[in-house]
Amino acid sequence: MSAREDVLGRIRQALGETRAAVPEVVRDYRQEHPTTGPELLDLVVDRVEDYRATVLRCAPADVAATVRAALDQALGAGWAAGDVVVAPGLPQEWRPEGCDVDDDRPAVQLADRAASVTAVAVAIAETGTLVLDGSPACGRRALSLLPDCLVCVVTADQVVGGVPEGLARLDPLRPLTMVSGPSATSDIELERVEGVHGPRTLVVVLVQPPRVGG
Amino acid sequence: MTATVPPKAPTFLGLPTAPRGVGHLRGDQSFPDAARGALRDGQLRANLGHATSTIRGKRARVVAEVPDWEQLRAAGKALKAATMARLDEHLEELERQVTARGGVVHWARDANEANEIVTRLVLATGAPEVVKVKSMATQEIGLNEALEAAGLDVFETDLAELIVQLGEDQPSHILVPAIHKNRAEIREIFARTIPGVDPGLTDDPRRLAMAARQHLRERFLRARVAVSGANFAVAETGTLTVVESEGNGRMCLTLPETLITVMGIEKVVPTWRDLEVFLQLLPRSSTGERMNPYTSTWAGVTPGDGPQEFHLVLLDNGRTAVLADEVGREALHCIRCSACLNVCPVYERTGGHSYGSVYPGPIGAILSPQLTGVEDNASLPYASSLCGACFEVCPVAIDIPSILVHLRAEHVEAQEKPTAEGLAFTALARAMSNPRLWHLAQRAAGLGRLLSRGRPTLPNALPPPVSGWTRSRDLPTPPARTFVQQWTEEHGR
Ligand code: SF4
Repeated sequence: MSAREDVLGRIRQALGETRAAVPEVVRDYRQEHPTTGPELLDLVVDRVEDYRATVLRCAPADVAATVRAALDQALGAGWAAGDVVVAPGLPQEWRPEGCDVDDDRPAVQLADRAASVTAVAVAIAETGTLVLDGSPACGRRALSLLPDCLVCVVTADQVVGGVPEGLARLDPLRPLTMVSGPSATSDIELERVEGVHGPRTLVVVLVQPPRVGG
Repeated sequence: MTATVPPKAPTFLGLPTAPRGVGHLRGDQSFPDAARGALRDGQLRANLGHATSTIRGKRARVVAEVPDWEQLRAAGKALKAATMARLDEHLEELERQVTARGGVVHWARDANEANEIVTRLVLATGAPEVVKVKSMATQEIGLNEALEAAGLDVFETDLAELIVQLGEDQPSHILVPAIHKNRAEIREIFARTIPGVDPGLTDDPRRLAMAARQHLRERFLRARVAVSGANFAVAETGTLTVVESEGNGRMCLTLPETLITVMGIEKVVPTWRDLEVFLQLLPRSSTGERMNPYTSTWAGVTPGDGPQEFHLVLLDNGRTAVLADEVGREALHCIRCSACLNVCPVYERTGGHSYGSVYPGPIGAILSPQLTGVEDNASLPYASSLCGACFEVCPVAIDIPSILVHLRAEHVEAQEKPTAEGLAFTALARAMSNPRLWHLAQRAAGLGRLLSRGRPTLPNALPPPVSGWTRSRDLPTPPARTFVQQWTEEHGR
């Protein structure tokens, strides 16, 4: 008998011939976070900053300038555009001028770049989580991993309240990366150190709609 | 393993348990013998005490801010029970979905078979080395030893696993395997074992983490094969999930050409939506964070992104034997958050190594003896004061104390005819499952300690019903105060 047949057979034996009914799963936990509107954006900012990441808010017209400001902050003024690599589908108007655009080069070459800029698929406010889904705007997984600084542009309509709302918007067939703050370890005496293998610096650019009615 | 292992008793349906002679589910010593050494090690106890109390505090804070925690917990428990009730169907669906997306699924009856499969797959790539992301399943089966025996170099990439590997040590905690080492000890290990490490390396955790980053960076960039575990696998979509903090997991899951994931069969969940429960329960219970830094999910192979060859090894290794026990089966619900370790007064004092298995603490006390058959880990179900703290923090509400009592009874029943030891164990189990009797027995044991005048063991010093047991077995010298007394003093309001 193959191992497959054997293991499945053992499970059937363990469960017995007359199987008990499948217990009911009651989903009476919160499906929707109560926070909405401007408070939702405040929440995501608060939670992302709590991981010691930086958040810069801006108006839709100022994304490129804010991305540049983010890079100034992370890399120090005078960084070279060629040190920054962006996701191939990142909107043109968000890109720093002269930056490198990711292509099908071997992934390990991305390790030479100082920073990467990507979009996200969803941002979950309650947990301060950004989700990248491998789409052209988010880039392949190595892009948000190898450069030491990651700048993510999040638009207000991408922000949801809680984990259930976030997962519902995602496609589980895509390779997903959920990012909550910079890479970190607490393996030495439980003292948190940011940046072990993933990016040590995470900057979020949050694009807010102009406030209606002032 | 000792030379005098009793003949292996069949499990209750005759389903095979994890084989002997491979992997890390059995200790060389019984729990009381191993614990005796740990209890004398002041440094170890200090490291553990600091670490567990820190995580306990963090966990309590982030759990308290979730208004629907109890509902999530109940849903987590129900989801696991529902999954186990149709485990075969979910695994078949998982296999179909992973295969449809370009992955290859392998089935392994036990540790030996899983090790053979992985070794064969790695050798077929021609790569001389593998990078590994922390995985309980591969530690359980002793995969590193198998790969090394085949001439391959294995690099653990989780910082704590690296510390353990370089120190030629054993992990002692599920989440923080090097919890028993402090910064000075870690600095010493790095200075001694990492080639070309900065001689001026200090014991500052940041400097130590950066030394590890440098040491592993080049290995990640050249790695052709990675081996991982999985936290969850979604049957309906074939989506695998790895939850981590450092980014070493992402390196392993993203950069190599070939990815081999070894997963216990109990890790399957039926639907994508189920992760909305577990991804809330796990990080808060585990590291005490709202969300861990990185969670990666993937389904099969994605052209142009990540490994182009993906293998999933589904591991039994005694799990079906656990499933056959209607009471004990709940141990398979564990999502390896390690919260039960951090609240356990026994774990806090004895450390992980005393349990002799990669699964320490309360979960280890119920899981290891079931995976191996209770005879091979007979002392573990007694490695608890049944205080119930583990049950209270468990994010999937596993009733660990009841399973402990159940296993104690099973151990006694497994003896051919009632022996003095067996009868005493039954009585002890009864005492332990009754708080009042247990307190009485423990206080009596405290008295026995005085009588033993500091001798390391305590034969014949306990009152009935326990004395029947101590006539033939040594008990570790009980602490001056019982665990429950200490616990109440240190953690009570
Ligand atoms: S038994 Fe529960 S508390 Fe312990 S590690 Fe498993 S899930 Fe966590």
